[in-house]
Amino acid sequence: MSEAPTMPKSSKLITALALIAMMSGLLVAVTFQVTAPRIALNKQKALEKAIFAVLPEATSAGNFLLQDGVLTSLTAEEFSQANVFAGYNDAGELVGIAMEASARGYSDVVRILYAYEPKNQCILGFTVLQSTETPGIGDKIETDADFLKNFDCLDASLNADLSSLANDIITVKNGKKVNAWEIDGISGATITSKAIGNALNQSANAMLPDLAKNQALLEKKGDS
Amino acid sequence: MPADPRAPAKLSLETLTQGIWKENPVFVMLLGLCPVLAVTNTATNALAMGLATMFVLLCSGVLVSLLRNVIPKQVRIACYIIIIATFVTITDYAIMAISLDLHKALGAFIQLIVVNCVILGRAEAYASKNKVVSSFVNAFGMGIGFTVALLCLGVVREVFGFGTLFGMDLFGPNFQPWAVFALPPGGFFVLAFWLFLFSYVRKRRAAATTLEEKKHAA
Repeated sequence: MSEAPTMPKSSKLITALALIAMMSGLLVAVTFQVTAPRIALNKQKALEKAIFAVLPEATSAGNFLLQDGVLTSLTAEEFSQANVFAGYNDAGELVGIAMEASARGYSDVVRILYAYEPKNQCILGFTVLQSTETPGIGDKIETDADFLKNFDCLDASLNADLSSLANDIITVKNGKKVNAWEIDGISGATITSKAIGNALNQSANAMLPDLAKNQALLEKKGDS
Repeated sequence: MPADPRAPAKLSLETLTQGIWKENPVFVMLLGLCPVLAVTNTATNALAMGLATMFVLLCSGVLVSLLRNVIPKQVRIACYIIIIATFVTITDYAIMAISLDLHKALGAFIQLIVVNCVILGRAEAYASKNKVVSSFVNAFGMGIGFTVALLCLGVVREVFGFGTLFGMDLFGPNFQPWAVFALPPGGFFVLAFWLFLFSYVRKRRAAATTLEEKKHAA
């Protein structure tokens, strides 16, 4: 450029920026409004899929909210607020309870949904909701047959006064499992294995005592 | 003779094809390599990322071109970034509405389209100086070039890393996947291979043209 650029008034620059920012805000708001119902539906579907994956015997699910020790039943539309999902079979009997748990893994927080069976007081399995663990290493928690065998019936029984777990769930080194409440870790994926143990232990200690007190509400299937 | 870079380019087939071959954003200009390496572990992810980037390229190209006489030069970069960020957010919501699994697979890289220099480069170097139609065509070519490059990596990495293509099993259960191709180092290996192939072919072509010119001159 030969001539020096002349600086326009700053008010003009600010107006241009503000107008473009407003236009962009409008576009984003419209898109959000249009896509919000679809996204909510997708999230519900994904969650339902996860619930039936951890509770294969269940044919229908009920949503519940556990807050400050009080369990309330929610309708199907309020699933996003729910933190306890009860699975029922065709006869309307409770087959298990699915709950979310999370703990820090190797690269980020690992979020899982796990199934708890009140009858035998044990954890039946889990499915990963969100994970950024290393492919081929940390994501073995979903595929490693020996690791998944831990969850045939992982002991999560409560102590006598129903205040916490009788034994904390812990992840031990590969091949060192002796007790029913221990998880045999994956060698080479210790951190992710431990994250699963931590997540289960924390969530089970926090939720199961309150759930035991509210067992009656969970047993009967809601009308929704 | 170098053309005046500020003069608007004429709309021709070249407008479309330069992004695919001569100025391919990945294989020639080496721009936007972050998503190229990160989300090409499967062909599906690569295709989705390529299409998402193409959508942002097209929309921001058209809008920047429309507003090219309104935006003051001093704040142009800020304006481009706002426009690009808007369309990236729209894409983000759209992908969430289409498939949550896909959104999970692409992760943070959808939001990171904002800082993909291919898009800002197009806005600054082309859309801000050219008419809407030319900008659209040029952005479309660039988008295709980017998508094809991502697919080139994605297909190779998925076939070797998982033994599948677009999720379909190719080799049966006895295939032992080379996990390294699905991991970040595999991205570098495959990119290097494609870059080598691309520049080899270009060199050969250039040599052939000079040879022909010499023949004609003689």
